[in-house]
Amino acid sequence: MERPLTRNIRPDEPPLALEAYRRVGGYEAVRKALAQSPEAITQAVKEAGLRGCGGAGFPTGVKWSAVPMGADAPHPKYLVVNADEMEPGSFKDRLLLEGDPHQMVEAVIVSGFAIQADHAYIFLRGEYTLARQRLGAAIREAYAAGLLGPGILGSGYGLELHVHSSAGRYMCGEASALLNALEGGRAIPRAKAVRTAVSGLWGKPTVVNNVETLCNVPHIVNNGAAWYKSLGLGDAVGTKIYGASGKVKRPGAWELPLGTTLRAIIEEHAGGMRDGVAFRACLPGGASTAFVGEAGLDVAMDWHGVQSVGSRLGTGTVIVLDDQTCPVGMLLSLQRFFAQESCGWCTPCWSGLHWVASLLHRFEAGQATEDDFDLLRTQADHLTKGYTFCGLAPGAMESLASGLDLFRDDFMRHVSLRRCPWRA
Amino acid sequence: MLSEEERRDIEREAPNYATRKALCIDALRIVQGHRGYVSDQALQEVADYLGLPLSHVEGVATFYNLIFRHPVGARVILVCDSVSCWIMGCERLLDRLRAHLETDVGGTSPDGRYTLLTAPCLGACDFAPVLMIGETLHRDVTAETLPDLLGKGG
Amino acid sequence: MATLYVDGQAFSVDPTQNLLHECLSLGLDLPYFCWHPALGSVGACRQCAVKLFRDEGDHQGVIVMACMTPADDGTRISLVDEQARDFRARVIEWMMAHHPHDCPVCDEGGECHLQDMTVMTGHVHRRYRFPKRTFDNQHLGPFVNHEMNRCIQCYRCVRFYNDYAGGTDFGVFGSRDHVYFGRAADGVLENEFSGNLVEVCPTGVFTDKTLKAHYTRKWDLQSAPSVCPHCGLGCHTTVAEHDGVLRRVQNRFSADINGYFLCDRGRYGYAFVNAPERLRRTSLRNAAGRLNLAPADALLQELCTRLGGNMPLIGIASPRASLEANFALRTLVKPENFFLGWSAVEDACARTMLAVARGIAPLASLAEVESSDAILVLGEDITQTAPRMALAARQAVRHAAFAKAKALGIPVWQDLAVRQAAAGLKSPLFIASVDATRLDDAATECWRGAPDDMARLGFAIGRRLSREEAGGETFPSAMEGFSQRVARALAGAARPLVVTGSSLGCPALLDAAAHLVGALRTLGLPAKLALGMPERNTMGLALMGGESLHTLEQATQKLPACALIVLENDLSRRIGEAAADRVFAQAGLTVLIDHKRHAGVERADYVLPAATFAEESGTTVNHEGRAQRFFQVFSPPDDIQASWRWLRDIGRGLGREPCDRWTALDDVLHTLEETLPVFHGLAQAAPEATYRRHGLKLARKPHRASGRTAVHAHLDIHEHQPPTDCDSPLTFSMEGHQGSPPGPAIPVFWAPGWNSVQALSHFQREVGGTLCGEGPGLLLIAPAQQVPEFFQEIPPAFVPRDDALYFVPAWHIFGSEEQSAGSPAVRERIPAPYVALRPEDAARAGLAAGDTAALEVGAVRLRLPWIAHPELPQGVGSLPVGLPAMPWLMLPAWGAVAKASR
Repeated sequence: MERPLTRNIRPDEPPLALEAYRRVGGYEAVRKALAQSPEAITQAVKEAGLRGCGGAGFPTGVKWSAVPMGADAPHPKYLVVNADEMEPGSFKDRLLLEGDPHQMVEAVIVSGFAIQADHAYIFLRGEYTLARQRLGAAIREAYAAGLLGPGILGSGYGLELHVHSSAGRYMCGEASALLNALEGGRAIPRAKAVRTAVSGLWGKPTVVNNVETLCNVPHIVNNGAAWYKSLGLGDAVGTKIYGASGKVKRPGAWELPLGTTLRAIIEEHAGGMRDGVAFRACLPGGASTAFVGEAGLDVAMDWHGVQSVGSRLGTGTVIVLDDQTCPVGMLLSLQRFFAQESCGWCTPCWSGLHWVASLLHRFEAGQATEDDFDLLRTQADHLTKGYTFCGLAPGAMESLASGLDLFRDDFMRHVSLRRCPWRA
Repeated sequence: MLSEEERRDIEREAPNYATRKALCIDALRIVQGHRGYVSDQALQEVADYLGLPLSHVEGVATFYNLIFRHPVGARVILVCDSVSCWIMGCERLLDRLRAHLETDVGGTSPDGRYTLLTAPCLGACDFAPVLMIGETLHRDVTAETLPDLLGKGG
Repeated sequence: MATLYVDGQAFSVDPTQNLLHECLSLGLDLPYFCWHPALGSVGACRQCAVKLFRDEGDHQGVIVMACMTPADDGTRISLVDEQARDFRARVIEWMMAHHPHDCPVCDEGGECHLQDMTVMTGHVHRRYRFPKRTFDNQHLGPFVNHEMNRCIQCYRCVRFYNDYAGGTDFGVFGSRDHVYFGRAADGVLENEFSGNLVEVCPTGVFTDKTLKAHYTRKWDLQSAPSVCPHCGLGCHTTVAEHDGVLRRVQNRFSADINGYFLCDRGRYGYAFVNAPERLRRTSLRNAAGRLNLAPADALLQELCTRLGGNMPLIGIASPRASLEANFALRTLVKPENFFLGWSAVEDACARTMLAVARGIAPLASLAEVESSDAILVLGEDITQTAPRMALAARQAVRHAAFAKAKALGIPVWQDLAVRQAAAGLKSPLFIASVDATRLDDAATECWRGAPDDMARLGFAIGRRLSREEAGGETFPSAMEGFSQRVARALAGAARPLVVTGSSLGCPALLDAAAHLVGALRTLGLPAKLALGMPERNTMGLALMGGESLHTLEQATQKLPACALIVLENDLSRRIGEAAADRVFAQAGLTVLIDHKRHAGVERADYVLPAATFAEESGTTVNHEGRAQRFFQVFSPPDDIQASWRWLRDIGRGLGREPCDRWTALDDVLHTLEETLPVFHGLAQAAPEATYRRHGLKLARKPHRASGRTAVHAHLDIHEHQPPTDCDSPLTFSMEGHQGSPPGPAIPVFWAPGWNSVQALSHFQREVGGTLCGEGPGLLLIAPAQQVPEFFQEIPPAFVPRDDALYFVPAWHIFGSEEQSAGSPAVRERIPAPYVALRPEDAARAGLAAGDTAALEVGAVRLRLPWIAHPELPQGVGSLPVGLPAMPWLMLPAWGAVAKASR
């Protein structure tokens, strides 16, 4: 089984330095890309069927195609790597950034070339201090080797790469809010009146892609679209970094063919549930996805499969709820996060999420009534997509809405016992 | 006035951005790096140095989680309280820390060594529960290993 | 036009607009908060949700925000859709979750958009049972009260204050459900347009602090449409009174002039009307030289007896008095004895402005300033002298952004998207000024110079445009470079504009601006000129014509035999205290008609208390030559009456025709029209007193006005009959028509279900457009069709002197204008006296920081703290104009400066 993204990553070992990275074929994609036209790279990415791994799954090549190209295109153009991994339960980008920083740099160069970007930013989670050090070292090496800066490897293409360390806000993970943060402002999402590919950072063409998404690009350039497509299972293409956390035997992250089943991830790779606890449900793709119960475990973890059981692939990192953990408490933890991270721009989000978290707290405190359950349902129904300015609150409601269906009895036990059944 | 070192650090970032305004977040982090937190005075200095309205810089400073507008201890402890760490018992960990540091979340230990904060998911859910002390991430933290970590001072 | 289907009904709409804009224009009730007609859409509050259908067959539909959705042709929406209505009710519920429900003690109560929208959505039942978030409030200065707990986080305030008005001391702090709108710390809001927060805020976070001091609910206010008396722009206002006290001024929308916003001087300058020290009673000077109260009848009789049949009368008119008052004076004293009441310099400026407007340059309205795509401001510090024009110029620089947005397919109403795409892109705005100005941040480039050098700059630009040789003139290279850039920008614009004015007292600047506009028009460009004028009727007085006070000063020998009538004028502010004293001392007899106490009151033999703008109806002519009617708000107490009535009374006593026949304002207007053709049609500037709607006059008070029988109960158990108003079609009562009168006569904006200022949209043809039936005054000046030979005289370059500095006037929005300076709130904002010096010039005069400067300007000596203004040109200093705490200085003038001895 091929694992292109993680082939150089060894647990608890420092990442490959430039020379070692080059010895295993590193920066070959840069050489290959520079010998082609930018459009050819975009075409290859399009053909490969690469989709955004940050959670939304938008086809990457299509996004790039919207960037104005040619002599008349506005400059500077920008490529931004969204490395603001902050979705609770997601830890795949940290693995790639810390484990193989040169792969990230190479991905930026190749992708930047495809859209003819002049500047690239890696918008990095502020708390990712190790990743910052390692990326910094890799970028310095790349500059010294002529892989960054003007005239990369003697070509006519130049690119400046800079790591921006975020001051911390989940909202920055939203591409347009991220741009506002990079411009030195509050990370409020932007109206989608124009594509950022046309007018983004400082009004210039800008592409924002997730870490994992971009890391695929050098491999597609090296091995071709057909090869990339062959990596997935069934109709799915490529590999995906899946992860599992919660009370499983071996929590971790693994690069597997896209389309691996949820059951395989939890039972094979994570080793199943710890002794003494049983599987109850899981969030298949991070905190912004809906709960999937036992009945949905055999679904393929790809863009379509998870949707068939009412959830989403999201970030592909599974959060497992066991039978010894209070589902209401878990929802409270999730919703507190979203309420805290609401940027304060639109009414449903800033007010509604606070209300949701307050109601859940009341259940946990044993002070809730059945009416409060209905109120939660009302909130879940009205904080959905299209009602809010951006995807934060609708994402938050995925776990809540599905949780209200799945765990109604647990909620009612909190009401009847006047306390959390899982607390002494 | 910002110190020479602070100004040098800010200017090092300057070529990376199209505007002075874009330096705002980096400048706040740099000043915080030198002074521990961003005081009213420091905020004004950053605004003056970058030629930005104070209200803009304050708007940014109060928006982001990692800009501290109040004094903090010698080290800041960020305890992940997001879902995976919650499942794995971060609440017990927090209780231990509260008792050990004699302060609640948001406060500083009486000896001034630590400020205790919670943080959204630190992206190490496979090693939950986790926390950061200063710049260092500690994984699989248990009540037993905690005193050791604090003793070492991160 | 496009077709929009709303709940199955077809409407014709503007496809370049959004659905909310169009629904409101159609008169449909759709609640909203963050959207504002002048601020555009941002999609934050989510209140204006509607159901959008794909096509006729789609019955499912999706929820969209009306403000963020274009009104494309064929769009099908539903407002009454169950899901949309339900969601709109939830949005209000979310907002009200944290709102304190303190309406009974909130100044906004009864005219609150949040109240209206809450009622509109039908939200009546509270389900949120948790503590509400609370905030500390800030002290924001004398104008605006802050009560953050009421905030619903709609972001309108910060978008107006920062994005629209260019404010920098206000912001948004925090996040999630703890967003705070205010200053970084307590302190005075510095922006000159801060008072608009009161109207922009949809609830009671920002309220009028001056209203709070004498609070009255909207329904108890007696209101009338008015015209701001505090500068020459003539912004439209709604002025309100209760129980003899003027309570507040609000913006009154005008598509051509002030749009949705007023400056703080216009909003807060009103309280001089209530000032205890103002003139209220007729009085005359006794033999001992003391001014004593005297009953009006007796005083008039005595006065007329003294005047006899043949004592010549000399009248001194005033640019702050109405056309009617000035004309009444002119009629009474005869044109040959009618003096314009301003200095030689003011006169030269006014004549030049009028000549320019008549001969060369069409004058721009504020709306035209805003639509200009390249602007040169030549000399005038408009933020201080014509503040609302500065706000318009600040918007004008956005045309480049609009063009870029258009190219990207972003509708202009997508406010933040346009701003983000623009990334600071600006249309040309060049500012040439003596010193730094508060508009500089909006400019693309600034240039500093002495007034004459700025005039030379104007000529240099004009010469470039007309590709003429400068006739032996050479300009310094810095001026050449700048003039080249300005010339290129103006010549490349579709709607170029030159802004100047009279505030520097430099007619050459006006010549230069005229030259420049002439050159642009010769190129075939529709260039316009915008003029800053210091007083509300400067243009009206210029149109009336007459000699200046200078001529009178030359002929003082005839004064002892004459009676001097001074109309609403403090002569010391025109010709200096000494000269004013001489005029008073030499006149055989002096009559002063004014509402304001000033040095002239101490000199006059007869003092007649005049009505203020709120106590009379009348007409003024604004900076673009637009005659506008302002209406009396309330009936003044004591002896106060309109100046023209005092003059009429004197005329009656003397048996002078035709003024003895005047009984109502329209009589004066008709005589004026007949006598001076330039004012032809003036009476039609607004509905005349005979106007009736459905047979009724228009009510100044709303139906809900309470306690009419009780308001004077402590004085009289009988209900007073409301005063009658023969000057206007309005009544001092709730009796009368309450619907929608013609634009200039709308007393107050109020519509069923719309109690706040946002009711305005019910009175507009379309939202943001002209008022229904609006006759926005009458334009009196039409420029000549052909461009004549224009002004050519280039002044010599300014040469600094070793022994003196050239002091120019520095105008202040708060303090330099005479009437508003009498308002307590404005008084708090008046700067302390100072002299501004270039640091090098100060050093040459031996002044160190903290020293006091000793000045000698003309005959005036004074000691002032000096402040460093490094941008002043070499050899030029500046002194504030007209501050109450300073003697009047005749500026510009050369003066000496030295370090004051202790």
